[in-house]
Amino acid sequence: MKNKLLISAMSVFAGAVILSSCAKKLDITPSNALNSSQVYSSPENFKKVLGKLYATLSTTGNSGPAGTPDIGGGLDEGSQIAFIRGFFNCQELPTDEAVVAWNDQTIWDFHYLRWNSADPFLKGMYARPIYNVSLANELLRNSTDAKLSEYGISGADATIVKNMRSEARFLRAFNYWVMLDLFGKSTFVTENDPVSNFIPPEISKTNLFKFIEDELKAIDAELPAAKTAEYGRVDKAAAWGLLARLYLNAGTYIGTTKYTEAITYAKKVIDAGYTLNTNYRWMFQADNNVTSKNEFIFVAPCDGLTGKAYGNTTFFIHAPAGADYRDFGANNGWFGYRATAAFAALWPDLSGGTDKRAMFQTSVFNATMSQAQISDITDFSNGLHVNKYRNIRSDGAPVNDPNSEFSDIDFPLIRLAEMYLIYAEAVLRGGTGGDAATALGYINALRTRAGASTISAGSLNLQFILDERARELYWEGHRRTDLVRYGLLTTGTYLWPWKGGVASGTAVNSKFNIYPVPVANLNSNKNLTQNTGY
Amino acid sequence: MFSSKFLKAAGLIVLALVAQVSFAQNRVITGKVTDSKDGSAMQGVTVAAKGANAVTQTGADGTFRLSVPDNAAALVFTFVGFNRQEISITGQNAVSVSLVNSNTGLGEVVVVAYGTRRKTDLTNAVTQVAARDFQKGNIASSEQLLQGKVAGLEVTTGGGSAGGGSKIRIRGSASLNASNDPLIVIDGVPVEGNGMAGASNLLNTINPNDIESMSVLKDASAAALYGARATNGVIIITTKKGTSRKPVFNFNTKLSVFNPHNRVKVLSANQVRDIVNGTGNSTYISLLGSENTDWQDQIYQNAVGFDNNLSIAGRQDFSKTFSLPYRFSVGYLTQEGTLKTNRFNRLSLAFNLSPKFFKDHLSLNINGKFANTKTRFADEGAIGTAIGFDPTQAVYNKSSNKYGGFWEWELGGSPLGLAPRNPVGLLELQNNKSTLNRFIGNIQADYKLHFFPDLHVLVNLGIDNAVTDGLYVRDSISVLSVLGDQSKGRYSQYGGKKYSKLADVQLFYQKDFGRGNKLDVLAGHGYQEYMTDARNYLTYFQDGVTEQPGQSLDFPVITDGFAIESYIGRANLTLANKYLFQASVRRDASSKFAKANRNAIFPAVSFAWKLNEDLFKNVSAINELKLRLGWGETGQQDGIANSYYAPLYYLAGAGAQFNFGNTFTQPYRPTAYNPDLQWETTQTLNLGLDYVLFGNRISGAIDIYQKKTNDLISSIDVAPGSNFDVTMTYNIGSLVNKGIEFSINTVPVKNKNLTWDLGFNVTHNNAEITSLYNSDAPGYKGIQVGGISGGTGNNIMIHTVGYAPFTFYPNRQVYTADGKPIEGLYDDVDRNGIVDDGDRVYYKDPNADLMFGFNTGITYKKFTASLAGHGMIGNYLYNNYNSNNAVLRNINNPVRYIGNAGVNYLETRFTNNRYLSDYYIENASFFRLDNINFGYDLGMVINKKARLRLNANIQNVFVITKYSGADPENTGGIDNNIYPRPRIFTIGANLDF
Repeated sequence: MKNKLLISAMSVFAGAVILSSCAKKLDITPSNALNSSQVYSSPENFKKVLGKLYATLSTTGNSGPAGTPDIGGGLDEGSQIAFIRGFFNCQELPTDEAVVAWNDQTIWDFHYLRWNSADPFLKGMYARPIYNVSLANELLRNSTDAKLSEYGISGADATIVKNMRSEARFLRAFNYWVMLDLFGKSTFVTENDPVSNFIPPEISKTNLFKFIEDELKAIDAELPAAKTAEYGRVDKAAAWGLLARLYLNAGTYIGTTKYTEAITYAKKVIDAGYTLNTNYRWMFQADNNVTSKNEFIFVAPCDGLTGKAYGNTTFFIHAPAGADYRDFGANNGWFGYRATAAFAALWPDLSGGTDKRAMFQTSVFNATMSQAQISDITDFSNGLHVNKYRNIRSDGAPVNDPNSEFSDIDFPLIRLAEMYLIYAEAVLRGGTGGDAATALGYINALRTRAGASTISAGSLNLQFILDERARELYWEGHRRTDLVRYGLLTTGTYLWPWKGGVASGTAVNSKFNIYPVPVANLNSNKNLTQNTGY
Repeated sequence: MFSSKFLKAAGLIVLALVAQVSFAQNRVITGKVTDSKDGSAMQGVTVAAKGANAVTQTGADGTFRLSVPDNAAALVFTFVGFNRQEISITGQNAVSVSLVNSNTGLGEVVVVAYGTRRKTDLTNAVTQVAARDFQKGNIASSEQLLQGKVAGLEVTTGGGSAGGGSKIRIRGSASLNASNDPLIVIDGVPVEGNGMAGASNLLNTINPNDIESMSVLKDASAAALYGARATNGVIIITTKKGTSRKPVFNFNTKLSVFNPHNRVKVLSANQVRDIVNGTGNSTYISLLGSENTDWQDQIYQNAVGFDNNLSIAGRQDFSKTFSLPYRFSVGYLTQEGTLKTNRFNRLSLAFNLSPKFFKDHLSLNINGKFANTKTRFADEGAIGTAIGFDPTQAVYNKSSNKYGGFWEWELGGSPLGLAPRNPVGLLELQNNKSTLNRFIGNIQADYKLHFFPDLHVLVNLGIDNAVTDGLYVRDSISVLSVLGDQSKGRYSQYGGKKYSKLADVQLFYQKDFGRGNKLDVLAGHGYQEYMTDARNYLTYFQDGVTEQPGQSLDFPVITDGFAIESYIGRANLTLANKYLFQASVRRDASSKFAKANRNAIFPAVSFAWKLNEDLFKNVSAINELKLRLGWGETGQQDGIANSYYAPLYYLAGAGAQFNFGNTFTQPYRPTAYNPDLQWETTQTLNLGLDYVLFGNRISGAIDIYQKKTNDLISSIDVAPGSNFDVTMTYNIGSLVNKGIEFSINTVPVKNKNLTWDLGFNVTHNNAEITSLYNSDAPGYKGIQVGGISGGTGNNIMIHTVGYAPFTFYPNRQVYTADGKPIEGLYDDVDRNGIVDDGDRVYYKDPNADLMFGFNTGITYKKFTASLAGHGMIGNYLYNNYNSNNAVLRNINNPVRYIGNAGVNYLETRFTNNRYLSDYYIENASFFRLDNINFGYDLGMVINKKARLRLNANIQNVFVITKYSGADPENTGGIDNNIYPRPRIFTIGANLDF
């Protein structure tokens, strides 16, 4: 009797449990998410994964312009994890080419050359290239023969996917070059490492240099021929261009100069059929993807509607703009960045009359030497207002963003003019395989395009090339590397206003030739070591 | 497998108990129960034979009839809010009983996890507040009923927004990154309290008039049966039910006026003119206007609100074996915000049916609550803008109709990009409305087995559905449209749906062995899922037809959610009515974790010793004295993204595409994931003493607790390159909360005409982080948190081992000899010659050292008056208004406009913002008198058919504080852009008929 009762009771309970378990489901994923076998199901989808590797150089997250950032960590999506803006801050702010009026966190430390390892902008700039490397590794990991057969991709489709691998490797090498240049070494991860809880090793400057060099050479055979890739993608010339840049700075990076190799690879690019754009200004305007393809070798495309970010070229049309924002093709100014009087002094005149590359603001902020003086760096009306980037089309048609908030200007990462300058400098520095006459010709080609007077062979010296690089490549992210290569960044040989935090400029500790490894990364990765002096 | 073992164990327990069943002869006892206060009949009183299995309830006339075993010696009478009473029935078959209302006594029945329990039998830290003790006045959101009422419970309203929500904390915060909100359970259905577009606060969908009681489960031994969601405590809301046979109608109405008396102190127009002229900067002097506008006056208004509620409750007896108690209610609340254009309306309907069938063997409890809320959200950005807007300018442009006639900052005929917008224009030219429809319903069945009545089968099936539809319209003439929408305005829809399903089944066995020995056992299974549909829409220009360029809609609806499957078990054992033991266990499996980490077990044990039945049995001054000791483990899984364990890819949006061959395509992005993530677990140890002294004149409780949270869910820096982000959610670190709570309720005067009640509670809580990931690394300071307004990415707080969570982390200000802060000069703490990040210091924290609440009331004949207040001591606040606004840079703004500064500028004369100065961290200790209430009972009116009570009420009467900002009570420690809490005047009438 009692057993029967018990059995009845238990069966009622068990029945009810089963009833309530019917609805049981504990595997729930968001309806807009895909797992890897869904993602890697076709070459079209692989292309969308590869596209992200390129997009990380101009956009900052999955929403555009902001929201769902690629990198968290309390870093600001617009100013701290954007590649273009972060790279600009690291390469231009510590030099004569840029100062900033805002007092966002530690931003003044850059121009004052007094940053430390807790700097949030540096944390973002360390994270961004490594993040991009991780994405490249993920594509490489998922495009091996074994994986492709697992995903059911074969034949012609498999070939298409395999060709993407060399692009991913180029982009990885480029991001590692950024690490080498800024930090002198790097966290090192490849497709052979796992994702998730593991601690990556550190790679020394020598090994990192070699890795980049080897990778770029290895993919030379696989990348499409120069000038054959569709716009926005890289071909062999991009790898050569990056090698030329790497070799020009080999003395800085590994203490061994490689000027001959720099000449070799600059020459390969120059000989590949690229030509100088006829109009310098067009290369920094909204439709430069159309007007300037002949000179661009590697670009980070931006678009006012479909490639939006506050830290891509949108930054260049707002941050240096004030009341003169219309001259930038922007809907407002952010009253922030200017250049110093030392940079102004590199120009025979600031009006653009003798050198069209002098694109400084004349409508509201007079482009004069007295205007360029900065008595108070927080005062935006002091300083040389740089109007190089303009979100205005050369053909006068409207830009893509009807509000003119976001820029259409593509950011040139490698362009032909730099190869001319590398060739000339490497020749002057004793590299072989080139000649002085060709070098002079290249420099004068740049000057002629700019409407500037040509120079004689006697005027072509290293200082002239440094100055010419400033005039040709200012605000394109080269200046710090150049000043380091010339030994001028931290020393007292060349002073510019507010260098070292002093109005007249002062020398600083030589440790500032290289950035510190962010302390947050040292803490989270015991394999990393700090740079000397920090 | 665990579950089958569990079932076997449950079976064994049941088997052991079945053997105890015995049979006896019966006799019938009749009687009547009245209220000791006025002799009125009491309906719905539970009458049970002591030591036997016979229970009934009194009818509308207070009478009952109960068949009891011959050997039953006494009857026990219980009713919520009244003292339990035991009456001997030896030698008598008719009894009359008068129950004493116990504001405080241990006799009341308290709602606990999965059931109810007499307060005297509780072994845990649970505080129940019944409707009569709720905060009074105009209260739209139910959690605010508890403000200041419960030791250890902190309810901080988010501000004065109409229908707005609150931050609720029970015994401090056990988590760093995960949610610290308690679990809310409404009539047995755990609900989600927040996180929905268009619903400022899901707790405002419950009409406070429908609530009978709210139980706060504070310690782990009370809450552990809710397992993975119980770390922050549990609040159980129980709604009203019908009882009497005769239908009782209640109508109450309230009229409230909301007065925005609270202002941030800013400079006058003349002061601004003097300062700008004083700088001699011609750019700025030329921008000055000649008006005197108080922008805060322009954006606030005196607001009016009405609240009307009608309910009917009763019982329909269909036959001797089938009666149907019922309650229906309808409420309509409409309320303007004190910020112009803000409005909240709520229509609420609720019903409860609690029929019994088969001679009470089957009881059903059917609850339905529907709310339709309509909110018009004001642009609360206007609050901060008004404080900083140039007072020398007029609201309306006298010479132009541009921007709808609102005066705006311009440059060369276009709006000035980074300038603030006219605050009144922000309110008037934007319209953001949403409608929310929510239904919460459940059916609870309690089946007492015919062949074995000691055993109940309980089934609870519930749903909670909420749908919002919102529409934001920005007028084409607004300056925002000129800047961002090509002067065409904006029309954007938003909305979504949350739907939760619950299916619980339990077995409950209860046995009274006599002589004070009792046992009850609960075993159950449950499944609950919470799903969300987020709806996405394209954005249109104001015409609602023309689409804005550059959009694509990949996912019109995104469905996501989580689910929990659980087994629960609990046993209560009472020995000799002196020693009470409780043990419980819950096993949860959550969809938020990878399969390997999905299951966790949350045990709890507690013990109570009724000293009054033992050591102090013959001390007449001690009515009840009970010592409690409890330990338990609870979990936390909120704050973790639903699928964070899984490697997933997401398609980028239309604004983040890549360009191949001048064709733009949306890429796929892999997301960071942590397959090892687990729940946070908190172990709580609680020692408590409940006391009732001097014939119920003094009562209360003291509790001492320690909450230790391990595997803290925290966002931490991870090695770059190890995953797809540099910060990730990990189980890292631990945190300890220690505290003591004391509450006392007294009745200093009680006689025929006058009763005076006085209650006070105080809580001390101390939190400390005891470990963090990598905290031993050299140079490691902690996790910076507490983002502030101004600049980009500035944080003012930090989590560091050895300090309270959210400890302030400023630079130490240096002052002149006469106490003025020196601009930009901070203490070089490490003496390395440079003031930088390394010189930041740990300084105070926003958590109060002491929280207290008090309430007092007098009843003199038909007149009542009461006061209630609460306060905090030792809570610090970062005055972000002053740090961001009270500097010269805010007046002469570099972006070429003039703004206003806080009066604090006159003290500091700072030119630039000095965000990290500890000068801005102020002691924000305060006392707030929440409530003054007067009531008058007119007695029977309208031919003695109805009883009328009138009341008048003032809420937020005053605040005493030394804090220099507008309001010291703040949810996050950073005082910034809060919607000011209004003072509320309410008159109301209550009619029972």
